[in-house]
Amino acid sequence: MKAIQYKAGKTGFGEGLVEAGRHNHNVIGLGADITTSVGMNFFAEAFPERFFSMGIAEQNCIGVAAGMALAGKIPVFSTYGVFAALRTADHIRISLCYNNLRVVIGGAHAGISVGPDGATHQALEDIAVMRVLPNMTVISPCDATQTRLATIAAIEQVKGPVYLRFGREPVPDFSSPDQLFTIGKGEMLRSGNDLTIIATGHLVWESLLAAEKLAADGISARVINLHTIKPVDEEIIVKAASETGLIITAEEHQIIGGLGSTVAEIVTRHHPVPVGMVGMNDHFGESGRPEELITIYGLNAAGICTKAYQFLNKKL
Amino acid sequence: MKKTESVTRLKEIALQIRTDVIESLASAGSGHLGGSLGLADVFTVLYFYRLTCKPAEPSWPQRDRLILSIGHVAPVLYAALANAGYFDRTELATLRKLDSRLQGHPGRDHGLPGLELSAGSLGQGISVAVGMALAAKSDAARWHTWCICGDGELQEGSVWEAAMAAAHHKLDNLTVIVDRNNLQIDGPTESVMALEPLADKWKSFGWNVMECNGNSVDELLDATDNSVIVPGKPTVIIAHTIMGCGIRSIEGNFRWHGKAPSKEEAMMFIDELNHRS
Repeated sequence: MKAIQYKAGKTGFGEGLVEAGRHNHNVIGLGADITTSVGMNFFAEAFPERFFSMGIAEQNCIGVAAGMALAGKIPVFSTYGVFAALRTADHIRISLCYNNLRVVIGGAHAGISVGPDGATHQALEDIAVMRVLPNMTVISPCDATQTRLATIAAIEQVKGPVYLRFGREPVPDFSSPDQLFTIGKGEMLRSGNDLTIIATGHLVWESLLAAEKLAADGISARVINLHTIKPVDEEIIVKAASETGLIITAEEHQIIGGLGSTVAEIVTRHHPVPVGMVGMNDHFGESGRPEELITIYGLNAAGICTKAYQFLNKKL
Repeated sequence: MKKTESVTRLKEIALQIRTDVIESLASAGSGHLGGSLGLADVFTVLYFYRLTCKPAEPSWPQRDRLILSIGHVAPVLYAALANAGYFDRTELATLRKLDSRLQGHPGRDHGLPGLELSAGSLGQGISVAVGMALAAKSDAARWHTWCICGDGELQEGSVWEAAMAAAHHKLDNLTVIVDRNNLQIDGPTESVMALEPLADKWKSFGWNVMECNGNSVDELLDATDNSVIVPGKPTVIIAHTIMGCGIRSIEGNFRWHGKAPSKEEAMMFIDELNHRS
């Protein structure tokens, strides 16, 4: 087996953007000063005439993207997720979502693994705020390769606004570059009958590690990569609930309003089973090395296993 | 057509638009009369003289775009669009009602022909207009983008982000018209949050600044003429208007910002319009 390479989500985003830009000359890049930190520098270098610097002015950037979309362009705007999704929330709600415009927002530096920059820069509420907006598509790929494919799909296939979330740290890049990335379709990465771990973002990898550990104890865990939070793949979730009777969710995001809430909303409606949630528990992050923070807040394989053991005896 | 002939014709259209605004708001029972009447002359000059557009083909790619940022004066936009032939005037009576294409604040999802943007959250339209103008410039397209902002709206910080961006990207294909009626819901702009020196603010942001009487068709024709455009600079026209313009008893009264006339008031107001013209 090939050794796993480590690669940052933002690099996948940058590569996907260049590829989509090559396919379609209407793709436009909008930068908010931190172009290189979010991986947009590749596009700016490849297509300087289609990259526009908008300065540290995220709200205006959303409106500009809306205007460009109305004029037939496919604008892609990226900055850190905290600013991309939260500072701009009303502009996204009205100028993008109410007008239902074809704009891709890249939310970089997702999750607590941003590390030493601390709470201000760790996007932990972006999924909740973006997924509540009508017309919005929310995508949270599991690694750099999938981020690249998701970026291309978001730009080329979605006719309305998209929020695409990715991390900063190099993490295991385990997805196949040949996979067919389908927006709105969850992927079952491992089969199992005792419980299902549904994860998004980098925690998909941690869920696979957790499933290995659980297997050593004789527990058979199914693992699902829910890379599209909205529109959500209800079928794969309901099937997991009915076939395994217990779900553990895992995300680098607040439990409130995030993946855990998304899954619980579906399970309670269609096939109620206990849902254990791994995520930030109504708490801000803090400074520290990414691996330290991940460990303290239990956002890793060990945390997922702990949650699984807590919930196994609650299984119906 | 000679300018004098145009002025006479445009004044007649403005009168019809004011009448339609009053009637549609009376029919709706709620909405914003003051600003809608104050902007009747601006909308008349734009839709009936200045804009290159085809009401029979609302999505014509080469049309000039008009972005209404202050969505609450939707009644004057709707009246202008109807009179310009985008849809039938009888539809104006459905304003703010269930299933109407004439939403309280403009909503594109309801399919109204000629409507460029859903808007109503203040401070956003100008950014959209900047994006349109930037797209047109990058395509070397010849169409012009117009944006109508309120004066109170300029208190939103993102307006100045947009102002900075328009100058930075040298958008001389963009004209913003500021409805300077000096009033907002809580009272005079200068006591709620002072905007003056307003022209200097725009100048210092790198804009070409014009001022005119926004209730004078004559002055608006000059201020919106292509000849005022300065290459490499966006233009702002500070249009000094009177809230409620045309109806003496409500002119300059901020209490009419967000109010609709009763059926009786509407009849009285329309009677006054006809006698004053």
